[in-house]
Amino acid sequence: MRVKLSKRVLKESLYALKSLITGDIRLLLGLVIFMAYAVLAFVVSRFIPFSPKRWGVVPRDIPPCWNYPLGTTSMGQDLFWILTLALQNSIIIGIVVASVSTFVGVVVGLLAGYKGGYLDRILTTLTDTFIAVPSLPILIMLTALFLGRIHILMLSAVLCVFNWPWPAKQARSMMLSLRERTFIETAVFSGTGTVGVILGEVMPLIAPWILANFTNTVLVAIATEAGLATIGVSSLEEATLGTMIYWALQYQAMFRGHWWWIAVPAGTIVILFFSLFLVSTAISSIFSLERSAK
Amino acid sequence: MSKDQILNVQGLIAYYKLRKGDVRAVDDVNLFLWPNEIVGIAGESGCGKTTLIKVLYGLVEPPLSMLSGQVLIDVNGEEIHLYKNTYEVKQLWWKHFSYIPQSSMGVLNPVIKIEDQFGEIFMRGDKNPPKKEIRKIVEKSLDALGLPSEVLRSYPHQLSGGMRQRVVISMATILNPRIVYADEPTTALDVVVQRGILQIMSKLQRDLGNTFVIVTHDMGVQHQITDRMVVMYAGKISEIGGTDDIFKKPLHPYTALLIESLPRLGDKSERKSIKGSPPNLLNPPKGCRFHPRCPYATSECAEKNPSLLEIKNRRYASCFHPLGQ
Amino acid sequence: MVMNQSLLETVNLTKVFKIGGIIGGTKLTAVDNVNLRIDSENPAILSIVGESGSGKTTLSRLILRLVEPTFGRVMFENRNIFDIKRKMEVMEFMQKVQPIFQNPYESFNPLKKIDSCLYNTALKLHVAENKEEASERVKDSLSSVGLDPELVLGKKPHELSGGELQRVSIARVLIPKPKLVIADEPVSMVDASIRMSIINLFLDLKKDLETYFIYITHDLSTAYYIGDLIAIMFRGNIVEYGPAHEVLSDPLHPYTETLIESIPDISRKWSEEIKMSGFELKEFEAAGCKFWYRCPYATTRCQSNGPKMIELKNGRSVMCFRYD
Repeated sequence: MRVKLSKRVLKESLYALKSLITGDIRLLLGLVIFMAYAVLAFVVSRFIPFSPKRWGVVPRDIPPCWNYPLGTTSMGQDLFWILTLALQNSIIIGIVVASVSTFVGVVVGLLAGYKGGYLDRILTTLTDTFIAVPSLPILIMLTALFLGRIHILMLSAVLCVFNWPWPAKQARSMMLSLRERTFIETAVFSGTGTVGVILGEVMPLIAPWILANFTNTVLVAIATEAGLATIGVSSLEEATLGTMIYWALQYQAMFRGHWWWIAVPAGTIVILFFSLFLVSTAISSIFSLERSAK
Repeated sequence: MSKDQILNVQGLIAYYKLRKGDVRAVDDVNLFLWPNEIVGIAGESGCGKTTLIKVLYGLVEPPLSMLSGQVLIDVNGEEIHLYKNTYEVKQLWWKHFSYIPQSSMGVLNPVIKIEDQFGEIFMRGDKNPPKKEIRKIVEKSLDALGLPSEVLRSYPHQLSGGMRQRVVISMATILNPRIVYADEPTTALDVVVQRGILQIMSKLQRDLGNTFVIVTHDMGVQHQITDRMVVMYAGKISEIGGTDDIFKKPLHPYTALLIESLPRLGDKSERKSIKGSPPNLLNPPKGCRFHPRCPYATSECAEKNPSLLEIKNRRYASCFHPLGQ
Repeated sequence: MVMNQSLLETVNLTKVFKIGGIIGGTKLTAVDNVNLRIDSENPAILSIVGESGSGKTTLSRLILRLVEPTFGRVMFENRNIFDIKRKMEVMEFMQKVQPIFQNPYESFNPLKKIDSCLYNTALKLHVAENKEEASERVKDSLSSVGLDPELVLGKKPHELSGGELQRVSIARVLIPKPKLVIADEPVSMVDASIRMSIINLFLDLKKDLETYFIYITHDLSTAYYIGDLIAIMFRGNIVEYGPAHEVLSDPLHPYTETLIESIPDISRKWSEEIKMSGFELKEFEAAGCKFWYRCPYATTRCQSNGPKMIELKNGRSVMCFRYD
């Protein structure tokens, strides 16, 4: 019964999404742009004509032209193909971090808020500890350990550790207010247990928030990685949007007038963020309108 | 407007202009008020009584729009057209007439102490007495309403519903206006608190000698404290007369059926409710608006709209076949 | 002395809330030493009448095990309900005691169809073994409250009217065939024209089933109409208790008198002016009788001493020194 319940919840949410996408221009635009990048990242990248880490494959430092639409780097790499790889890795980081930290955070927050008592105190202390611990020094330390050769998924795992407390706090406060609602008491008197209440009664109500939060976290994760990479605290051997900037800075691209090497990753980050931002705000406003319309 | 009247309404028409059409909330209403009386405006929810009060008070905001008619009010011996004069109706608020809404929080500012809110009201008055004198006047008024002086230093949320409503009554009467409009002033309160507040309002009216207009659907309340009653149905007035007279011998079939459907204490028998339901004011029925539910309706009632006529001495009804006539 | 199997018994039941900030703040005794006893011989309806601040809702929530008492116990079938911890026993309790809440639209999850609630009750409270049986029970229950299952199943709360939704609530409550149903203001948010039909439904159900109803309200007229017994609550105490007809026609407690007189009835007019209370908290904190401040018969004894519940003959009791 439990599994069926969450599957049905999922199906209903997806259906609601589909019918809304076509209605809101922000949502449509945001998703179109993001989907375009996703296609670049996962489909087009399959067709890279050379090994991604090889240098000197193409002539160096060529500005954007017909042969090389986004230009080339000082290491002799085609920026277009590197971009598809970087997008792939950055999006993977974004989605992995968003999925894991949203899931963990929401579960912890809802459980703490519903059960109260000792469990709440333990989980809240845990949450607050992770918020208080400064992420930057630890990340620097961790990557120093790996000497810049950290695997993408390992990096994602580390970012998860510092991202889950935020949705946890929000989920907990939402649960604290929802817990007082009469229909929860009705559910309790219908024999519904803790899991049933959390998954069956509360989740559907906060599903829009979870979606918006998820989208936001994707954004945050990509941004964090990019920021860290810029100061060398990332997986420097892999191509990500952040490491592209890192290498461009290392080779002093701006000073040497090779604006395209910075412009491509920076511009992509901005447009990607914009698309995710559109999606996230569209979701929040659509669902708040729906709720007030009832 | 005749000499002894303080308010005279002629042919008042006010609709809510919505996208789907016009809600004919007040449809050709005539009435008048005398000094020194408590008038009750009675009727079920949706009959237009709240809209009527809003128009009389000058609270006409979109989508509400006043289409025609005139509201004449006597201000210091001068006859003033409420909606024709160049100066703002708002200048008359609190001084010449005041308004008590259903919820006290519609008047009270939640972040300002009570004594400061009284200060704001006095600023509207003709004289602006110094703070000390204001406090004395207000304390006297609150004391008469059974409120301790600590109320002045409190914020609204620190008071109970009954206390807040008493504060609002004090505010509404402190500048001694000639007319006090109260829209369902006790509906949200407990039965014992309600009685206390209604008795306070009665006493205030006797002491000040002004006119109170009490809008409520609760016929029991009407029976307890009003001298004269105006019964509304579907945007029109169906009956006007002395409260006791109407309860003893109603003229309009609607009033009669309404009174019969009311519960009586100690009587466990089932009361008969009026069959059917009030009409949609977007599209009211042709002819008399009550005729679809009226057991005495004739073909005339379905065609023509009865106007409000004086049937007996000071008793008015809008019906082609008033009861007992 | 005959050992009666009492259905419900509250023993010195007290609930104290702390209001105001963490520093300072005051205590509010919402339920003060309430001793209520319901015997399981005949199903009946007990009306608990009180205004706001009387503690009637808190009392109902204590009986429903939704909130824990500060002192005292609630015994259901001679077992302290707050000792129940294991899930099996909790389920057993809920199969026997069910609530009906005031706001029908709040009682159901706005995003879900009402079916899920009904089926859950049937399956999780071990009323039905499988989906088919559950479906049977749900349909029967809906019919017993006057609803057509075809028209009601599959709908979301906002697709039904307040009256229909409240009937669905009642139907859900009856599925496990409970011994005790506690209804907190079940008709105050329902349209005035259909209120009577739902009240009459309670009367029918009492006759057909072996269920005891506790009907909580501020409205004395419906309390009298439907109740066999009435308990009047004031500031956390039950101040009067007895057969409904007697309490109404011959009120003993001054507050009951005031309450009855204050109803704006059209058959008579208010005679005396009553006193109004100042800050409510002062009444809660009174050293003696809480009604002392407003009572027309108050003496100095009332101001300093709190009266106890006095049991009179023919099942009536009152908490007032006048009957000492």
